[in-house]
Amino acid sequence: MRFAAAITEPTRTPKGNASTRRQTIKRMLAAAALLTTTALTGIGFGAAPAHAEDEIRIGVIYPLTGAAASTGVELKAAAELAAAIVNKEIPAPPGLVAGIGLPNLKGAKIKLIFGDHQGNPQVGATEAERLITSEKVVALTGAYFSNVTATASQVAERYGVPFLNGESSSASLTQRKFKWFFRTTPHDDLFVGNFFTFLGDMEKKTGDKLRSIALFNENTLWGNETTKLQVKLAEEQKFTIAEKILYPAKTTQMTSEVQRIKAAAPAVIMQSSYLGDAILSMKTYKELGFSPKMLLANDAGFNDSEFLKTMGKDGEFVISREVWALDQAERNPLIKQVNDLMRQRAGVNFNGNSARAFTGIAVLADALDRAGSTKPDAIREALQKTDIPASGLIMPWKGVKFDANGQNELGQGIIVQVQGGQYVTVWPFDVATKPVVYPMPAWDGR
Amino acid sequence: MTADILIQVLVSGLLIGLIYALVAVGLTLIFGVMDIVNFAHGEFLMLGMYASFWAFALFAIDPIVALPLTALLLFAVGVIVYQTVIRRILKAPMLSQIFATFGLMILLRGLAQFFWKPDHRLIPHSLVSGNIALGPVQFGLPQFVAALGAVGVTGALWIFLHRTRLGTALEATAIDREAATLMGIDGQKMFALAWGIGAACAGLAGGLIATFFPIFPEVGSNFILIAFVVVVLGGFGSVTGAFLAGIIVGLIEVLGGFLIGPEYKTAIVLSLLLVVLLVRPRGLLGKA
Repeated sequence: MRFAAAITEPTRTPKGNASTRRQTIKRMLAAAALLTTTALTGIGFGAAPAHAEDEIRIGVIYPLTGAAASTGVELKAAAELAAAIVNKEIPAPPGLVAGIGLPNLKGAKIKLIFGDHQGNPQVGATEAERLITSEKVVALTGAYFSNVTATASQVAERYGVPFLNGESSSASLTQRKFKWFFRTTPHDDLFVGNFFTFLGDMEKKTGDKLRSIALFNENTLWGNETTKLQVKLAEEQKFTIAEKILYPAKTTQMTSEVQRIKAAAPAVIMQSSYLGDAILSMKTYKELGFSPKMLLANDAGFNDSEFLKTMGKDGEFVISREVWALDQAERNPLIKQVNDLMRQRAGVNFNGNSARAFTGIAVLADALDRAGSTKPDAIREALQKTDIPASGLIMPWKGVKFDANGQNELGQGIIVQVQGGQYVTVWPFDVATKPVVYPMPAWDGR
Repeated sequence: MTADILIQVLVSGLLIGLIYALVAVGLTLIFGVMDIVNFAHGEFLMLGMYASFWAFALFAIDPIVALPLTALLLFAVGVIVYQTVIRRILKAPMLSQIFATFGLMILLRGLAQFFWKPDHRLIPHSLVSGNIALGPVQFGLPQFVAALGAVGVTGALWIFLHRTRLGTALEATAIDREAATLMGIDGQKMFALAWGIGAACAGLAGGLIATFFPIFPEVGSNFILIAFVVVVLGGFGSVTGAFLAGIIVGLIEVLGGFLIGPEYKTAIVLSLLLVVLLVRPRGLLGKA
């Protein structure tokens, strides 16, 4: 674990020891700049205990090895891009929240110290402890996996260090009433809630009734939790559940499932499936000649890059929830510009995960700057006062503003539809790039 | 309306049941001839699916056209597995035999994941695609062709076993190994043949469903439990029994899932198995 951390962070050496020449020069320049500004303004520093003020250390915990390593590497690249923009190593597109750097900290630079949790909550907690106690980070961010975020943020809570989570969506994380925990991404409850808001919006738009829904979810924890929430929301918002099916994900046929839904004849299917069963169900819909007015998928299998590749034309018109979509670039020029920077640096486009990781660092940097200090209390207070408008973000949100539990209350999910072999944003209508194709065309009418 | 749906459900159950039958036939043949349970049987099916997939992806050969090739390939795999692994554990304790085929299952799965990635793949367009509608009843052409193929293969296997000298020799070995050896039948050859045919049946089933089922390294595990149920229900070692039991399991699964609830479909099938085992422990057509 330590070994992995050392690999991912090769330049982490004591000051003045074996740093590379480039770094030394950079540091000298930074120090010179600092001296000048200090001399000019006559303000002294004394906040950070162990490290010089020119380097604000932020702990970043991601799965850099293990099963989710490929995701972890993308998250890391996104965080590094955000840091580079804050540090003005890369010119930032105008308007981006991270672009102003840290003027209130006299041009100090942030330094990301990475920890690797390997997808293991226990390791995540140990890494958080290491980063806080021996790396002296002023804040933590990460950890992608909800269960790791849970343990790592517990450590941060104990030490009184701000923890900003950008990409874990388990609703319970912000129900713990932690003092030091903040989350920018919307959580699962909101995503499921979005479906119903979307259906209401669609009713208004089309004049059609979309009140009868079929719940079609796989029967592990995820599908069960989703079903519970859907049933609750459907009751609250006066939708009728025409059919409720929890199916075993590992199955050889889905005829009985689809046949039951077909017999119930709902207007909308809400489906939570992993990849294999998502494909098999689509095949079965087609086989039995069944097309509902709308198929609302709960991410996962339906948003896997393999889904469209394998389904081809048969995957068209599926509607799914998402956190981010590249076609948002058409609407918000910032997204295209920052995505271009990401492609230059890391060779990949942003996706929902990396865009949220980028935003996490940007929001943290914004708070650091407003805090004007690296004291935990000051950072926490600044985070509580965060108020970033949508125009400063690369997310399809209304902005960033934390509620009393540390949850960003301006976050929102988007709903995408497969059109022409791509996921295009169709809802919320104010961020949509294409109109919804509704109703879903029948199989023989495609 | 209700009658239409019922007929539709029965047809769907029959179609998938015939596929179960084909998978189980290979399994029961191997067991019948040499009393070894092949846990890697689902992986033979997986290999058959990948053989079809690569034939399509690399050489643009349709899975249906590639069937003889798939069968030949899997026959070879079966014989090789017999010669390298199974032959050495023929006289070993039953537990060792179980671990050997179980290990083979894990090995084949691991190799598939290593070489072909854990991704789900699909053959995007095949010669057989689209739907057939017979009045109110609708079914996919791929599913129909697969079921038809399953009937054909099982039928051919039955004719082979009962109407050819080689097949009769295989049956003889299954009935009494020692007596067959005394009659001049080469037991080793028969065992290798059983493995070859058993694997080929699984491979053919894989090739037939590859036109509509996603292909991934773990796909065998979706089918293997059902295959065991079919084998036990039909009677260990009975090809005809497995064929009948396959259809019964398919029908019960789809019908039960439709009438009672899809979340219980596996439970319904397994309850049926329990009942049959209580009433008739040797299965429907098993020898006492």
